[in-house]
Amino acid sequence: MPIQVIEGYRQVEPARRTEGDAVVFDANGVYYQQLNDAIRAAVEAGAKRIVVENANGQRYIGAGLQAKDLTIEVRGTAGNDLAAFMDGPKVEVFGNAQDGVGNTMASGTVVVHGDAGDVLGYGMRGGRVFVRGDVGYRVGIHMKAYEGLVPIVVCGGKARDFFGEYMAGGMLVLLGMNTQFPDDPVAGGFLGTGMHGGVIYVRGAVEPWQCGKEVGVSEAEEADMAALTPVLDEYCASLGLDLAEVLSEPFTRIAPVSHRPYGKLYAYL
Amino acid sequence: MPATFIQPEFRVKIDYDKCHKCGRCVQQCGWGVYDFNERPIPHDEKCRACHRCVTFCPAHCITIERNPLAYRDNDNWSASLRKAVWKQAETGGVLLTSMGNPQPYPRIFDHLLLDACQVTNPSIDPLREPMELRTYLGRKPDAVKVEPDGAGGFRLAEGGGMSRNVELATPIIFSPMSYGSVSLNVHKSLAMAAERCGILMNTGEGGLHEDLYPYQDHVIVQVASGRFGVGPDYLKRGAAIEIKIGQGAKPGIGGHLPGEKINKEVSSTRMIPQGTDAISPAPHHDIYSIEDLRQLIYALKEASGYKPVGVKIAAVHNVAAIASGIVRAGADYVYLDGFRGGTGAAPAVIRDHVGIPVEIAIAVVDQRLREEGIRNQASIVAAGSIRSSADVAKAIALGADVVAIGTAALIALGCHVCQSCHTGNCSWGITTQKPELTRRIDPEWGAERVSNLINAWSHELQEILGALGVNAIESLRGSRERLRSIGLDEQTSRILGVKPAGM
Repeated sequence: MPIQVIEGYRQVEPARRTEGDAVVFDANGVYYQQLNDAIRAAVEAGAKRIVVENANGQRYIGAGLQAKDLTIEVRGTAGNDLAAFMDGPKVEVFGNAQDGVGNTMASGTVVVHGDAGDVLGYGMRGGRVFVRGDVGYRVGIHMKAYEGLVPIVVCGGKARDFFGEYMAGGMLVLLGMNTQFPDDPVAGGFLGTGMHGGVIYVRGAVEPWQCGKEVGVSEAEEADMAALTPVLDEYCASLGLDLAEVLSEPFTRIAPVSHRPYGKLYAYL
Repeated sequence: MPATFIQPEFRVKIDYDKCHKCGRCVQQCGWGVYDFNERPIPHDEKCRACHRCVTFCPAHCITIERNPLAYRDNDNWSASLRKAVWKQAETGGVLLTSMGNPQPYPRIFDHLLLDACQVTNPSIDPLREPMELRTYLGRKPDAVKVEPDGAGGFRLAEGGGMSRNVELATPIIFSPMSYGSVSLNVHKSLAMAAERCGILMNTGEGGLHEDLYPYQDHVIVQVASGRFGVGPDYLKRGAAIEIKIGQGAKPGIGGHLPGEKINKEVSSTRMIPQGTDAISPAPHHDIYSIEDLRQLIYALKEASGYKPVGVKIAAVHNVAAIASGIVRAGADYVYLDGFRGGTGAAPAVIRDHVGIPVEIAIAVVDQRLREEGIRNQASIVAAGSIRSSADVAKAIALGADVVAIGTAALIALGCHVCQSCHTGNCSWGITTQKPELTRRIDPEWGAERVSNLINAWSHELQEILGALGVNAIESLRGSRERLRSIGLDEQTSRILGVKPAGM
C-alpha cells in the first residue's frame, strides 16, 4: 500500500535508535498516530527515557500515558494536547508547545522551555506544568484539586484573557518575566472569572479591570509565600532560572470570595 | 404580609377513620409534609404529589388532590405564570426545575402511525420466527475489502475490515444521568440491567464509581465541560466515550450540582472537594470549532486505545449542519437529545422554551447525512422523551440507530415524575444523596425492574417488526415509508419525510 500523507505528515513509523538508556525517535514529517503508537510501544517494552527529535506540531504526545518513572524529551515544537489525560510521566519540551498542554492531566510534570498556546491546563487535576515564556488565552480554566491531587501551573511570561476562569482548585502562577510582549499587561481581562476554588499568584500587581467579580485581590502574605516559594524553587531548578530574581518583586494573591459563587442564584420550583 | 402569595398546589387528605396512626407516611415522605401529633398532620404546601406516602400507607387512607382553588380565568395569565412571577418577586432567583419539558407543545410521536402487512406481503410471527434486534453502535466502513480464504470462501482482508463497534442486543440504551444527580444505587441498578440486557448505561458527567467497575464493558463514560472524574483510567474502562456538548433539557447552558449534593462518595467519584459546587461550564473551553471537536475526539481515542467516541448534542434549530460537522470531526455516533429530554436540574425558562423535538432532529439529521454520503460514518442515537416501544420504533423508522431512555428507566424504579429532582429530597430514593432515602432502592430489585422494561419493550419491538413483515430492526431503520402522519401540517410532514395517512 502506498504511504498515506495527511496534512503533510506521512503515516510511517518514525526512525528509531537508542542512545544510552534513551529510545530516540525522529518525528520529522511523521503523522502523530504512528509517532504516538511508537512511543506507547516503547513504554510498554520498558523504556524509561524517550526522546522525540524534530517534533513539528505532532499532537497528543504523552496523551493518556500512565507511567511513573518515564521521561519524554521533545525537541522541536510539540503539537496540541501535549500530555492530555497524562498520569505520571515527565515531559520536557525544548522548544515551544501549542494549545491544550496538560488538558485534563491527572499527574506528572510538563516543562516547556519556550512559550505555550491557549487552553493550557484545562480541567487539570494534578501534576505540574512549568512554562518558561508566554502563554495564550484561557489558561488554567477549571483546574481542580482533590485531596492529595493539587495541580500547579507556573507561567514565566504573560498570559491573555480568561486566566484561571472557573478555577476550582490548585495553584496558578504568572510571573510576567520572560516575555515577547514587554508592553502588555501581565494578564488579559476576566482573570479568575467564575473562580470558586484554588489560588492564583501574580508577580507584581494586577488592575481591578482585569479581574472577575468572583475573586478577591490582596498582597501575598507570609503564608502565601511559604506555599509559593518551594513551587518557584522547583520551577527555577527545572528551567535554570534564578529564584532570587523571581522573588525580587512582591506577589499578588487572587482567590475566590466564595466556594459557591452561584449558590443564591436560583429559586426552586 | 404573608411569607408567600403562592397557595399549595395539592391537598393531602387523610381519612382518619381508616388511618392506623402508624406514622408510615411521616417516615416515607422526603419533603417533610407530615407532622405527627397522635395522628399525621399534613402540610399541603410541601407536597409534590410523588405518591410515596400513598403507595406505602397500609390503610390506603391518603388521597392527594389538586388544590381546587380557583384563579380568575385567563388563558393568557395562567395560574402557573402568576405563581412564577410571585416566586421571583419573593426571591429574585432564576426558577429552577427538573425532568423534561412539560408544556403542551405538539408531541410528534403521537401524530405518527406505523404500517402493517395485510394479505400480499405477509406479516411474520415473532414468537415462532427469528426476529433480530441486534444493533451495532459506531462507524461503519465505506467499503469492506474481502479476500479468498483459501478454502473456497472469503474473509475480511487486513485493513479492510469493520471499525470498532459496540454490540447491543436491542437498540435501547440508558441515557446519561450522573452519579450526583441520581444515587449510586440507581447507577448500580442501571449498570446491572445494562449487563443483563446486553446494552449500555452511561455515567453522565459525574465519573465512574468503583462499584461499577465490574460492569464497565456495558458503560459509556462521559466527558463533559467540567471534566469531573475524567482521567486515563476512566477513559480506558468504558465501552465507549461520549463528549457531552449539550442536553435537550438545557441546550446551551452548563450544569450545576449544588454543594449540598456533593457528599463524600460523590466527591471521591467526581474528584472534587465535599460541599463545593460542581460547576460544568456552558462550553468546553477547548472546543470552539469543529476542528477543536475533532482534536478532542482524537485526544480521547489516543488516550483510550481508540475506543468509539460519540458526541451528544441538544437538538437545536441548525441540528443537521451541526451533526454533519460532528460526523466529519470523526465521531462514531451522534447523540441527539430532543427538547423534551430530562434533567436533574435546569432553569425552567430554558427547559420550557429552547430546542426542537427529537423527531424532527432525527429526520433532518438522517436526511442530511444521507445526502452528504456520510450516514454510514456514525450511528445516530436519539433521546428526549422516548416513552414506549412505539416511540422506539417510530424513532428508528425516522432514521435513528439506537434510542436512549432516562426518565422511562427512572419511572421503572419508582419515579412518579413530580419534577422535583433538583431539590435532592426524592422520596423514591432516586435523585437524592440522603442515605435514608437512597437505601430505598435495592440495586438488585432495581436491575430487575429496569431489565423487565427493556425486555418488554424489546418483545413489543419484535411484534411491531413482525406486523411490518420484516425480520430485523435493520429493515425498519430509516424506513420512513413505513410511517404515516396524522394531524400534522404539510410542512412538518415534509420535514419529517413522512406521507400523511391515506397516501
